[in-house]
Amino acid sequence: MATHNNSTSTAPPDVAERERRNNVHPDGWCNPVPAARYNLVVIGAGTAGLVAAHAAAALGAKVALIERHLLGGDCLNVGCVPSKAIIRTARLYSEMRHATQYGAQIPGDLRVDFSAVMLRMRGIRARISRADSVLRLTEAGVDVFFGAACFTGPEAVTVDGTTLRFKKAMIATGSRPDTPSIPGLVEAGYLTNENVFNLTELPRRLLVIGGGPLGCELAQAFSRFGSKTIIAQSWPLFLPLEERDAAQILSDAFARDGVEVRLNTRAVSVRVQGGQKLVDLVSDDYKSTVAVDAILTGTGRVPNVEGLNLEAAGVHYDADDGICVNDFLQTSNPRIYAAGDVCLEHKFTHTADASARIVVRNALFFGRQRLSALTIPWCTYTDPEIAHVGLYVQQAHNKDISVKTFTIPMHDVDRAIADGEEAGFVKIHVKEGTDRILGATIVARHAGEMINEVTLAMVAGIGLRTLARVIHAYPTQGEAIKKAADAYNHTRLMPFAKTIFSRWLAWRR
Amino acid sequence: MSVTGQPPTTEQTLDQLQRAAFSYFLQAVNPANGLVADTSRDNAPASIGVVGFALSAYPVAVGRGWMTRADAVERSLTTLRFFRDSDQSGSPEATGYKGFYYHFLDMQTGVRMWRSELSMIDTAMLIAGALTAASYFKAETREEIELREIVDALYRRIDWSWTLDGKATIRLGWKPECGFLNYGWDGYNEAMVLYVLALGSPTHPIAGDNFEAWTATYQWENLYGYDFLYAGPLFVHQFSHAWIDFRGIQDRFMRDKRCDYFENSRRATEVQRQYARRNPHGFAGYGESCWGVTACDGPSQQEPELADEPRRLFGYAARGVPYGPDDGTLSGWAAVASLPFAPDIVLRTASVMLDRYPENLSDQQYASSFNPTLARADRAWVSAGHFGLDQGIVLLMIENHRTQLIWQLTRNCRPIRTGLSRAGFRGGWLQRRAPNKHHANGHAQ
Repeated sequence: MATHNNSTSTAPPDVAERERRNNVHPDGWCNPVPAARYNLVVIGAGTAGLVAAHAAAALGAKVALIERHLLGGDCLNVGCVPSKAIIRTARLYSEMRHATQYGAQIPGDLRVDFSAVMLRMRGIRARISRADSVLRLTEAGVDVFFGAACFTGPEAVTVDGTTLRFKKAMIATGSRPDTPSIPGLVEAGYLTNENVFNLTELPRRLLVIGGGPLGCELAQAFSRFGSKTIIAQSWPLFLPLEERDAAQILSDAFARDGVEVRLNTRAVSVRVQGGQKLVDLVSDDYKSTVAVDAILTGTGRVPNVEGLNLEAAGVHYDADDGICVNDFLQTSNPRIYAAGDVCLEHKFTHTADASARIVVRNALFFGRQRLSALTIPWCTYTDPEIAHVGLYVQQAHNKDISVKTFTIPMHDVDRAIADGEEAGFVKIHVKEGTDRILGATIVARHAGEMINEVTLAMVAGIGLRTLARVIHAYPTQGEAIKKAADAYNHTRLMPFAKTIFSRWLAWRR
Repeated sequence: MSVTGQPPTTEQTLDQLQRAAFSYFLQAVNPANGLVADTSRDNAPASIGVVGFALSAYPVAVGRGWMTRADAVERSLTTLRFFRDSDQSGSPEATGYKGFYYHFLDMQTGVRMWRSELSMIDTAMLIAGALTAASYFKAETREEIELREIVDALYRRIDWSWTLDGKATIRLGWKPECGFLNYGWDGYNEAMVLYVLALGSPTHPIAGDNFEAWTATYQWENLYGYDFLYAGPLFVHQFSHAWIDFRGIQDRFMRDKRCDYFENSRRATEVQRQYARRNPHGFAGYGESCWGVTACDGPSQQEPELADEPRRLFGYAARGVPYGPDDGTLSGWAAVASLPFAPDIVLRTASVMLDRYPENLSDQQYASSFNPTLARADRAWVSAGHFGLDQGIVLLMIENHRTQLIWQLTRNCRPIRTGLSRAGFRGGWLQRRAPNKHHANGHAQ
């Protein structure tokens, strides 16, 4: 997924950075002599590319993997891994500031050492990069080529002047941040996920444009580090695709963390004056200007489809939606498949992984696995986290499915109370009159962990009735799911069963 | 008011509360144009929603002998003539546009105040009040005929379909400076009366599909053991019910759930109690007989004496359960406004709340809110003055509890019957033919 030129790291070249670099794009690398023909050529070595290359090679395929920049893609280098590392530190600072709520003392010196935060992040990133290393790939039998890939026909692609011929190919070139077209933004300079993790100093004042997952996560984290943070979101709600109640809880959390929230607000122009960035904001008929030291944009992503000469390969694509694939992830060229961000609506690491596995089966083993059969959860790693799987209520209504939602506020869960982590809820949507789970949204400190149980139930076809029989260790926050299942049982049994049971028990007395 | 030992609030107390609420509309009105102030605070503008409550309050007052019929007709006519003759150009200084009105108006001139929005829901409350008046003042006198003609004209000129702005559901508001507001207004909310009136229009109706599109955003939830159509703030479960009797009538959604909106509001009352009993944030005062989390004024952090508060405080905000916002602020009026849905619970709750926090009432009128957690010298923080919407909903809901007068009047109101019918409501009183004669001279018992 990391085949974009702008992600050159300017992070301090410390031991960790050298290790990561050596793992994901070693200096002096020489591309191998290509095989006469490959079972599978994979273009892009992000999550999808790495998964496909390893899986295909493990099954005995002759595989080539082409990467323009860094192995591991966005997730490892400029996405999930570094963001989760700094979010952990930000969470710790927040807890230390609120130590008295937990019956503890606030440490005497709560100075944020931003360089230490980033040093830890780089160490973690380097460690995790070992799994994605070129060494592991070559040991697995994968031919790794660094350079820009360019199709020369329906069965061939070149990299650095070398032609690779293939029986099947998979395009997994990923996506890059979309740059909002705000006059003056480019001239003033701005941060995206591709360069924010290279920062060596904490911006004193930060404007985050975009209330999507990335914007929300980093706005909260930087505010917790001490940046005076404003988040401006053009929609009237955060995370507009999520449940409104999730956005309400997140809004409260932001306020607690000192994030200034500007909903229904667009940034319309940027200029630099006196060394600071002045950003004009408009909310309906209200106009204002904010002065900040850095601007972070998180307004969506665009697929990397340029420079591949897809026309030569007969692969249809769209600049906004990416490579066109069918439900089997096959492109308009039957020999070529696509996986990950470059072709998927849900641009997540785990979706890239799952789609790559589908491609390996469908491309190499005549599989007929469908993308639409996947049950895909996702999570935004704010505090509390917001996780979802399956249908939203309105999506179900649009399909004319009657929905009932079993809601357990986290303040009804003993462990959440004990942990002081009561903000949030578990909502499980079932088809009315049945126990079939259509979807779920969880807002909780560890929602990302909790959603997996619901996903498992959905994939395995387990309904709430069965979930109610699953003993959950007490006390755990995951017990909220059991409580939702118990609530289902309660409504199923009452009041008819209660009447019957009462009579029977009365007769037994 | 003696409520020692918290016996349920008595009929006499209800009468006092109701009459005190009505007195707001006598105190806060500009008799020259019928506009009523949003609040009793200095320099408050008029609120068109509050005017809607005033137009509904006059028939109640006539029936209870608090006002002569002639006085009520004159006040209503003054109000309605003002709106008929108001500037409808939609300019920033006008009074309205396309039959709608700006939310806040200058008490004297009636022009737009505070750069407020053209408010769809507040216009709907104004028109609901006007239709209530037209249903009550049915005499064949020159004044009452004129009253009914103006109401008809005001209703007919509203371009409800314009508020869709090409979308599936009604927009919240519009401003001359920026057009329709970009606020999401999905999910169950107070807009039922707006949709019903928009559907019932003989001139510019919206379609049944628009109503269905709105109900498609509903969330039917099992929360604290109650199945109900979820909305956090309590007022959502009350305001449309001030004018429309939802007992026993069902749209497609409620038929599917084997419930109705009235029963749903009763369950919403129970959910408030359950939340207050749990009191997850540990606020002072909360309990099964002390609740009322709703849209109301609040102890904003901006108030200097509260600057040291560790928790986040809000000013005027739509507080809700169970997800907040909740800063420990409750509204006594909101509990009372659920009286028709759960009378036993509400009568006891009102009694307990008034016994514990008598500062919640001044001049027998409910404050917008109080916050026992922010008590100073054993006295809860109390919102200053009184808000017209709060007095209006207390007045109408007590009346609906006691006599169902407003419901009886609007049952016979063609736009409301038509609107409900087009929304897919069936059953109950809707199946019965509207009588030709209305109870125009007293309470419809």
